[in-house]
Amino acid sequence: MSAEPHYTLYHPRWYRRRVSVWWWLRNRSYAWFVLRELTSVFVAFFAVVYLWQLRALVQGPEAYGQFLARLETPLFLALHAVAFVFVVFHAVTWFNLTPKAMVVRLRGKRVPDRVVVGSNYAAWLVLSAIVAFVLLRA
Amino acid sequence: MPSTVALTVARYRPERESEPSWETYEVPFRKDWVVLDALNHVKDRVDGSLSFRWSCRMGVCGSCGMKVNGMPKLTCATFLADYLPGPIRVEPLDYFPVVRDLVVDLTDFMRKLKQVKPWIIRKEEKPPADGEYLQTPDQLDAYKQFSMCINCMLCYSACPIYGLEPGFIGPAAIALAQRYNMDSRDEGAAERLNILSEHDGIWQCTFVGECTKVCPKHVDPAGAIQQYKLTGATHWVKSLLLPWGTR
Repeated sequence: MSAEPHYTLYHPRWYRRRVSVWWWLRNRSYAWFVLRELTSVFVAFFAVVYLWQLRALVQGPEAYGQFLARLETPLFLALHAVAFVFVVFHAVTWFNLTPKAMVVRLRGKRVPDRVVVGSNYAAWLVLSAIVAFVLLRA
Repeated sequence: MPSTVALTVARYRPERESEPSWETYEVPFRKDWVVLDALNHVKDRVDGSLSFRWSCRMGVCGSCGMKVNGMPKLTCATFLADYLPGPIRVEPLDYFPVVRDLVVDLTDFMRKLKQVKPWIIRKEEKPPADGEYLQTPDQLDAYKQFSMCINCMLCYSACPIYGLEPGFIGPAAIALAQRYNMDSRDEGAAERLNILSEHDGIWQCTFVGECTKVCPKHVDPAGAIQQYKLTGATHWVKSLLLPWGTR
């Protein structure tokens, strides 16, 4: 903090506080917010692994086998476990925020927030079930 | 129940000191007293030089916003009883320059508020003789929540983005722009789009959501901003696909 006050024309001695680098530790919701922003790193991690998988697939069965073997190493298992937790956190917080961004009106009445959030989770479940069905059938 | 409670107040006397300091006052504790009552007690009986803003003392005027124990609050609606045993820390709102003690300067907000044109814009004004612009209860309902804003600035003080990016138009101004955008009598949405969808408008917001939490009038500025992001993004896609259709 500077000892000299910031001078502004006609108001010579306004005091301006500088924002601390640790502002996000000041209350819990700021910390959750920063954590939510950080989840993007793990979403990106999944995307990169997916691209890597596609590349291995294009290169043929041998490369794909190598890719799968690499995924089974403890390092990648641990990374995936951590990334999964963050991505679930990302998805859940995102779903919970949707009613703020989307106001759905039916016959002039606002659809309750719980219904908007609930339909997101329902869609998530249905899509997951479809993916599971496709994968497990094979 | 205690007979007194300690009130620790941020003091800044620019003629004497170059940065704020703390001063503690023992004030009588009464069940029906709010922080503003305690501040008025100090000003009337203990130290007349303590400066703070207030007017209606009933949550309507929006002038007594301060930080109480770190949270932005209307001091006229913040009871001492909720902060026992104390001490209760009272500070000026964050991110605005402090003029003196608990008084902050709001020029920046006033300038931004004007930029978003918070009034009804008509392409053609109809003469008063032709009567009022009528509105159904449903149409009123569409924007009523956003019209409850009292410009108390608690949302700015809660918004870390405003602290880090002082150019950000901010929660209340965007909510008020949305209040007029959603008014069935208004035709000015296109004029507000320019200022709202530029860099310092809605896209600065990263949805911390704290503005909505601290709002004493349940305006939900975070909701207003996210809804406008949807409008802004739709408009952008439309302008790409149908360049002639968005004029």
